[in-house]
Amino acid sequence: MPAILCQSLIKKYGSLTAVNGLDLRVESGECFGLLGPNGAGKTTTVEILEGLTPPDGGTVELLGAQWSRGRDTEADRALQERLGIQLQETQFSEKMTVEETLCMFRSFFRHGHGVDETIARVSLEEKRHDRVGQLSGGQKQRLAVACALVNSPDLLFLDEPTTGLDPQARLNLWEVVAEFRKGGGTVLLTTHYMEEAERLCDRVAIMDHGQVIALGSPEELIASLGANQVIEFSVDGKLQQDAAAKLPGVHELIAREAGFLLTVEQTQVTLPALFAEIERQGLHLTALTTHRATLEDVFVKLTGRVLRDA
Amino acid sequence: MPELVKVHHPLIELTKVRIREFLRQGEALFWVFGFPILLTLALGIAFRNTGPEKVVVTVEDGAKNSADVFAALSASPDLKVNHLPADEAAHQLRIGKTTLLVQAGDNGAYIYRYDPTRPESRAARLAVDDALQRHRGRVDPAASRDEKVTEPGSRYVDFLLPGLLGLNMMGSSMWGLGFGLVDMRQKRLLKRLAATPMRRSHFLLSFMLSRLIFLVLELGIVLGFARLTFGVQMRGSWIALIVVSLFGSFCFTSVGLLVASRARTLEGVSGWMNLFMMPMWLLSGTFFSYSRFPDFTLPLIRVLPLTALNDALRSVISEGAGLANNNLELAVLAAWSVLCFIFALRLFRWQ
Repeated sequence: MPAILCQSLIKKYGSLTAVNGLDLRVESGECFGLLGPNGAGKTTTVEILEGLTPPDGGTVELLGAQWSRGRDTEADRALQERLGIQLQETQFSEKMTVEETLCMFRSFFRHGHGVDETIARVSLEEKRHDRVGQLSGGQKQRLAVACALVNSPDLLFLDEPTTGLDPQARLNLWEVVAEFRKGGGTVLLTTHYMEEAERLCDRVAIMDHGQVIALGSPEELIASLGANQVIEFSVDGKLQQDAAAKLPGVHELIAREAGFLLTVEQTQVTLPALFAEIERQGLHLTALTTHRATLEDVFVKLTGRVLRDA
Repeated sequence: MPELVKVHHPLIELTKVRIREFLRQGEALFWVFGFPILLTLALGIAFRNTGPEKVVVTVEDGAKNSADVFAALSASPDLKVNHLPADEAAHQLRIGKTTLLVQAGDNGAYIYRYDPTRPESRAARLAVDDALQRHRGRVDPAASRDEKVTEPGSRYVDFLLPGLLGLNMMGSSMWGLGFGLVDMRQKRLLKRLAATPMRRSHFLLSFMLSRLIFLVLELGIVLGFARLTFGVQMRGSWIALIVVSLFGSFCFTSVGLLVASRARTLEGVSGWMNLFMMPMWLLSGTFFSYSRFPDFTLPLIRVLPLTALNDALRSVISEGAGLANNNLELAVLAAWSVLCFIFALRLFRWQ
C-alpha cells in the first residue's frame, strides 16, 4: 500500500489554477521530494494532502484512508494521529517555552514519544526552558519539526523546512530527517534547494504550474540530461546557436532567459572550442561557469527558466 | 529515558497555554486589573459626596432694589449668589455657569430667567422663590423638618462600580479572545492546530476556562479595592455574583469568538469589536442610568448583553438580590452566548 496516492488533483483560486490534474504516488518508507519554483503549487498540494485545504477535484488517499469532507470527524482525527506536519511559516507563541509548546502538541495525540525524548531528537535540550521568542531561526524550525515528530508519525510532511536557514542549521535538520527515516517513516518534503533534494530524497517530482513535469530519482533525472557536466555562459550579442550546439563533446545547447547551458561529456574538451567559436562569431563572453549537472539544470532544460528565481 | 514532563489532558494543556500567555504579557494585566481600579478611583473621587452642593444663581445689577435681593438670597445656605451687570449675567446663564437669573422688577415683582429643561435650574427657581417670599414676610402654615440620609449604597460610586465590573468583563473577554485568535491566525498557528487531532471544542473551551480563572481574580481585586477606598458594600451573596459573572463572561467570550471568527488582521478585529462595544458603553447603564433614554428604546437597550449584565450585577451588589430576581437578565446573557457560539463555530476560519 502506498503512503500517499493522489489522482487528478485540482485546486483553483479564482482564475488561478494552483494544482492542475496532479497524480502522485509515494511508497511507504520513501523520502519523496516535491521540487519547483515559488508558485508551482507545492504548498497547495501538500496542504490538500494534509487535509487542510479541500481540493476542487481528484482523490487523495493517505495510509489507505481518505479525508472526510465534513471537518473534525473521528475518522479524520484517526488519520491525523498518524501524520507529522510542519507547515511553512508557522510561528509558535513567542511567550511559551520549547517544553510547554511540545507538551501542548503532545496532549492532542493518544500515542507518541515523550516530550523529553522528542526534545532530545531535535537536540534542543539546552533550550527546553527558553521561550520561543529567544530561539534562532534554525532552533525554531527544529521545534516545528519536533512538534511534527511528537506523535511518532508514520508519514511526515515537511514544507520547505530549511528555507532561510544557514548551512549548519540545514545540516542539523537533515540529520533529524535521516534519523526519522531509520525508523521506517515516510517523508514528503518540498524544497527549492537542489542539494537538499539530492541529499535527502529517494525520488523527486519536479513541479511547474501545478503539474508534475518530471519524476524519478535525482540520479535518473540528472542522467536524463544525457551528460554530467554543464557549462553556463552568456555573450554580448546574438549567438548562432546551431554552430555552438555542434561543438565537440556537446550533448545539448539549452537557451534560457539569460544566457545558455551546454550539457557536455568533458568540460576540458568543449571549453577551448567554445572560446574559439565565440571569437569566430565576433562576440565576447560576459559570464562563464561550469559545474556538475544538478536537478537545477533538469528544471532549466524542461522550462527554460531558473528554478531558484525567488 | 526517564520522563521528566507529564502531559495532561488537552483541555488542561490548552488552558495552561492561555493563562501563561496572558500572565507573560504585561500590558494585558494592566488593562484587566489596573484599568478598572484607576477608573473607579478617578470617577469615585470626581463624584465623591462633599455635602450638598450650592446652587449658583445670579442677581442682575441695575434695578434699584437689586442690592436688597442679593442680600436676601445670600442669607440662604443653599445658594451661592453672584451680583453682576445685565450683559455679563446673561452671558453666565448662556454658558451654564449660573442656573438662574433674578431680576428685581420696579413694582416689587421678581422675574426669574432660566432654562426649564435643566433640573438644577428648576431646583434653583424653587429655592430662590422660597427665600425671597420668606424674606418678604411669607409665613408657612405647617412646620417641616429635614432628616438627611447619606449612607453608602446611594452614592454615585455605588452605582458606578457594578457597571465598571460589567464593562471590564466585556472588554477583557472580547479583547483577550479576539486579539489572541487573530494573532494565532496570522501566525498560522491556528492552521497548524487544525492539522492535529485536537478537538475544536477543547480549543474554544480553553479560552472560556482561562477567562473564568481571571474572572475570579478580577472580581476580587476590583471589589476589594472599592471596599477599601470607598466603602462600597457587597450586599448580595458571592455565589449569586459569581454565577452572574460566569454568565456574563461566557456571553462575551462567545460574542468575541464570533467577532474574531473570520478576521485576518488586528485592525479588522479591533474595528468589529469597537463597533459592537461602543454603543453599549453609552447605552447599557455603565456610567449613567439608561432610563434617561426615550421609553420606546428601553426594550432594545435591555436585550443588549452589557445592559443585562450590568443590571444583574447592580441588583446583586447594591440591592442584595438573588438569582431568582435576575431570570430575565440571565436568559438574555444565555441567549447571546448560545447564538453567538453556534454562529462562531460555523463561520470560524482556521487559516
